[in-house]
Amino acid sequence: MQEIHELTIICGIDKCGLKEDVDKIRVCPGEIIGIVGPTGSGKSSLICDIEQLSQGDTPTRRKILINGKAPGRDIRTDPRKKRIAQLSQNMHFLADMTVEEFLRMHAKSRNRNSDTVERVIEIANTLTGESIQPGHQLTILSGGQSRALMAADIAVISDSPIVLIDEIENAGIKKQEALKLLAAEGKIVLVVTHDPVLALMTKRRIVMRNGGIRQVITTTPGEMNVCSELVRLDNYMMSLRDTIRHGGLVEQAAVVV
Amino acid sequence: MKLVVVAGTPGSGKTSVLMHTIRSLKQAGTSPAVVKIDCLWTDDDKRFERLDIPVRIGLSRDMCPDHFAIYNTDEMLKWAREQDAGVLINETAGLCLRCAPYPDGCLAVCVIDVTTGPNTPLKVGPLLTTADVVVATKGDIVSQAEREVFRERVNEANPDCRIIEANGLSGQGASELAEVISEMPDVGQELTLRHNAPLAICTLCTGEMRVAKEHHMGVLRHIDGFTEYRGE
Repeated sequence: MQEIHELTIICGIDKCGLKEDVDKIRVCPGEIIGIVGPTGSGKSSLICDIEQLSQGDTPTRRKILINGKAPGRDIRTDPRKKRIAQLSQNMHFLADMTVEEFLRMHAKSRNRNSDTVERVIEIANTLTGESIQPGHQLTILSGGQSRALMAADIAVISDSPIVLIDEIENAGIKKQEALKLLAAEGKIVLVVTHDPVLALMTKRRIVMRNGGIRQVITTTPGEMNVCSELVRLDNYMMSLRDTIRHGGLVEQAAVVV
Repeated sequence: MKLVVVAGTPGSGKTSVLMHTIRSLKQAGTSPAVVKIDCLWTDDDKRFERLDIPVRIGLSRDMCPDHFAIYNTDEMLKWAREQDAGVLINETAGLCLRCAPYPDGCLAVCVIDVTTGPNTPLKVGPLLTTADVVVATKGDIVSQAEREVFRERVNEANPDCRIIEANGLSGQGASELAEVISEMPDVGQELTLRHNAPLAICTLCTGEMRVAKEHHMGVLRHIDGFTEYRGE
């Protein structure tokens, strides 16, 4: 399979039909790019354009190039050749199947061994508090369990050089661990986020407004310092959350700020 | 002139996908005409008329809508030729999954909703298995994994079809469908169905209202699969 050394977004138009403020964005392997902006500003549409490898045929008119060229039709549509994995905002499965049956089928569609199935469930269970069993019906899984399973599925079965993540913080799963799992070394990763920790963990961030790309900001050294402070704070919040979730009291917890 | 037959369950997004496809066809310089077949009522003609193309509706009333569409194919083609259309698009009512109202020589398009679950492609029958193009809609509502599993199931049921992932709201997939339509050959003279229509020759067809078995004659199939002819 062809090695991917560059992903290019050729910008199009916003919701009013006006040209986007940026012409072109190039992303290389190993880079994590954030996508930020108010709700309805077009973050998810940008992710979808990349997932479909749009060629000016979506309302945004954007074109997505791989290694500087428009990808062929089979790379765009055949999951066996597809090099993109996407964690969307969808929190639930609609398929009336068991976890195992579904993962087997997905492994087949991506040309993977069926022994990947066990591994997906194992990893998913590290991300969620309530364990997922192979015999569970997909439709009874909670939002957090579904999201954990989707994330683990992406890391193992859909393992691809380009990874798109839409608001992982909303999943009720361990977001930093999930991001670490998905954003393995050497991948091109785009993360839609409202979370300052995740946004500042990226190298650059795309700012969206009214359906269009407005600017690309490179994370400054000052922001990186803020980020490490935020990580500490966030871990503290997470530990409080865990204590409360498990029925504990937090009144004696030391404030570490 | 080309013939496109679009089938699929109600609410699967046939009309919405077609609206975008027709826009693409017009942009490419093809002149489409649409016949929408429905059972009792439709206002889809008003939606299509907004695209400024010739539109006709056919209501099947007491007749099976797919039988009605098949029986009226010649008439529809004649009408579309009179409109100087380059392609006739026949959108079926899309009710029973047993029917596949596709003649040979047409482009058979089956529209199917991904949210109905990955077992649906196995249930649909000739509507899907004899289609040239399967348009999978509403994929934005499920995860990428679920879309790919759905696709795999469509491939199992119909290994030779082309699958187009479409979105009736955003128009995704419409330009690809328009491209397939532009590349197909013109419809021939003597059309033959790809698959036989389901059997229905019994007293119910002629208006019998009583339920009990003793009131029915014709070719009848029992729940255990036994098929018999009762009558003179």
